[in-house]
Amino acid sequence: MGAAHGHRLYFHAHSPLHRLPGHCKVLALVTFVLCVVATPSRAYWAFGLHALALVGVLVVSRVPAPFIVKRMVVETPFVVFALLLPFMSTGPRTDVLGLSVSEAGLHAGLTLLCKGTLGVAASLLLAATTEPRDILAGLERLRLPAQLVQIMAFMIRYLDVAGAEMGRMKIARESRGFQAKGLRSWPVVARSGGALFIRSYERGERVHLAMLSRGYAGTMPSLGEVAATRVQWLTAIMLPAVALSISLAAWGVAA
Amino acid sequence: MHVPDGFLDAPTSVATAGFAALGVGLALRGARRELDERTAPMAGLVAAFIFAMQMLNFPVPPSTSGHLLGGALAAVLVGPWTGVLCLSVVLLVQSLMFADGGVTALGTNITLMGVIGVGVGWLVFRGLQRLLPSTPAMVAPAAALGGLLSVPVAAVAFTGLYAVGGEAAVDLSTLLAAMAAWHTLIGIGEAAITALTVASIMTVRPDLVYGARAVLESRELEIRTPADADADTDGSVA
Repeated sequence: MGAAHGHRLYFHAHSPLHRLPGHCKVLALVTFVLCVVATPSRAYWAFGLHALALVGVLVVSRVPAPFIVKRMVVETPFVVFALLLPFMSTGPRTDVLGLSVSEAGLHAGLTLLCKGTLGVAASLLLAATTEPRDILAGLERLRLPAQLVQIMAFMIRYLDVAGAEMGRMKIARESRGFQAKGLRSWPVVARSGGALFIRSYERGERVHLAMLSRGYAGTMPSLGEVAATRVQWLTAIMLPAVALSISLAAWGVAA
Repeated sequence: MHVPDGFLDAPTSVATAGFAALGVGLALRGARRELDERTAPMAGLVAAFIFAMQMLNFPVPPSTSGHLLGGALAAVLVGPWTGVLCLSVVLLVQSLMFADGGVTALGTNITLMGVIGVGVGWLVFRGLQRLLPSTPAMVAPAAALGGLLSVPVAAVAFTGLYAVGGEAAVDLSTLLAAMAAWHTLIGIGEAAITALTVASIMTVRPDLVYGARAVLESRELEIRTPADADADTDGSVA
């Protein structure tokens, strides 16, 4: 198979962040983002500090900033929603650049933008520093049901296969003069989708038979129980701890 | 459609995470009935298929585009429980590896697109199957309606969550109307893609479509003998 090793969002490097076990990083990410979400709205200085803490982690991770920034386009739909909020919201109006907008909506939109951006950046940092198999091992370690971890492992393993299959069908369609334009192209594309399902399902059956012939009895060997040392836990806990204190300080100021 | 971090406040996010965990837990038990010990490889491959299908974009009138959510499609193709598992895993992978949908909003996303999207799609599909004549030709239209309704219902559920844990003072009736109207348009695209995909699979491998199993089993085997064939053609055999 010509699929690349690792996935597109992984950035190969040797940093303390890359070396941390997956479960520490996943837990740190979830706690960090929870702290960010729990920060009171309008406390823009707190979001600035959160961002600063995240930039600190980015520097430690040795992932170049453009690598993360370029991939942040994924949040575009919400930027649009956040920009619309000031116009959709009710309450007292205020003037911004000559436009009359709702004050509450303006702050809600800005807060949403801050929280969403921090969340996306933190998730991208996890994806950039953790290989898929480490994320899986981490989730297994965090006691995600084994069945779910297995499904996820299979999905990740065959993601590129399904994607490549779709790419080949696209090339085949286009080399026969097909152009994806208008409603008339839908049945053709959907038929490719149907073919993709049949091929995926049949591949699943073959994979299952291959596994049975190698002695599969319903459980997979563990993905490797990597225990984290105390130092690693302390390293991982640093970012959420900083975020928690920022959030608490923001609540203190707001109260 | 993927809800990001910070859209809903922390208590609502935690509550929806609890609901999602419950739904996925039930689905794990139910999927064993649909796929037995094949669950892991089959659901994994179907999840990869759903992920690939979600990359298909279709235009929504004012120059934007929507993409397939695939809840009803998954439910009809592999059964509701496996469908919930597939969608949940897709959302988990998207949030952890593609930063699409927030990590703290994962529970919300699984609740909306996994549990509600698949659940509504399946219930509408099953309901219609009872009403419509039980023929293979009716499977795709029933799936289409499942897809059509699953999207706006999920959007309305999102509006409900926003009313409970939203951060902005938005006029709820305006938001509800906007979300319902917008997602009905997306639902039409979803319905078309779902119906066309299911129909194309029905012509090639109807045995793979979970929602068509009852219909296929109710068909009676018809054995035609040469004598019948002669009678059919009025005896004029060349």
